[in-house]
Amino acid sequence: MQEQWIDALAGGTLAGLASLGFLLVNGRITGVSGLLGGLIDGSAVSDRGERAAFLAGLVVLPGLYAAYSGAQTHATGSVAILVAGGLLVGFGARLARGCTSGHGLNGMSRLSPRSLVASAGYVLAGMAAVALLRHWGAL
Amino acid sequence: MKHLSAFIFGGLFGTGLVIAGSTDTEIIQGWLDVSGRWNPAVAFMFASSAGVMAIAWRIARRRRHALLGAPMPARAAGRVDPALVVGSLIFGLGWGLAGICPGPSLAALTFGGWKSAVFFAAMVTGMLIARPVTRRMNSAVAKAPVPA
Repeated sequence: MQEQWIDALAGGTLAGLASLGFLLVNGRITGVSGLLGGLIDGSAVSDRGERAAFLAGLVVLPGLYAAYSGAQTHATGSVAILVAGGLLVGFGARLARGCTSGHGLNGMSRLSPRSLVASAGYVLAGMAAVALLRHWGAL
Repeated sequence: MKHLSAFIFGGLFGTGLVIAGSTDTEIIQGWLDVSGRWNPAVAFMFASSAGVMAIAWRIARRRRHALLGAPMPARAAGRVDPALVVGSLIFGLGWGLAGICPGPSLAALTFGGWKSAVFFAAMVTGMLIARPVTRRMNSAVAKAPVPA
């Protein structure tokens, strides 16, 4: 679809501005796996409320927007893939100490070597996984 | 005050993700699909968001504290170690398989139905399974000498 790149630019700009705000106002990075992971495994000590507030906003407000826009996830109906994907994403993000929002957005934008390497890893493995799915006829 | 701003920024961040199509697995996997039907949309999303954040970091570099008083995050530090490489590959595998990663997972929780819930539950489980590893890494970071 031709408007997709416009939506991508607009949405990316909004997400970037939100991250800019979180950094300059709260002094925090919008690394979702770090914010969430620290809460659920107890490693976050002093700032649980702030993390929870960010994550709550992340869950609630997009829902309101999606109700208006009719956004769909088009996610697979395969429970096996959803479970395997979720386990790998959760485990891998903690091991890498970041995900696409942490390393990909926040880290790459300040040219962090760790983030550049992590992002390359995400994309390479992601492309391999999709190629595999295509090969199996699952995509 | 910081909780209100955190909530708002989380909401705007997630809304940006939805607008950009990051919560649509077809768009994500379309970008990761190098075979033929490649969809470049995600690249536009990353380019615009990273562009804004590059400006944010330039501003942040000149400040010791954020607006509400918290110290700015430390400089990007740490070596590229095996955990980073292995972890990123594991993450990428899961991301490519399901087309979902943490931010979009939460952003889609209210409208993604049972599929969203299943992925989210599995992701949380994966994070918990990583806890012993995370603990060891955190204590190693805490004990590491601060670079001059």
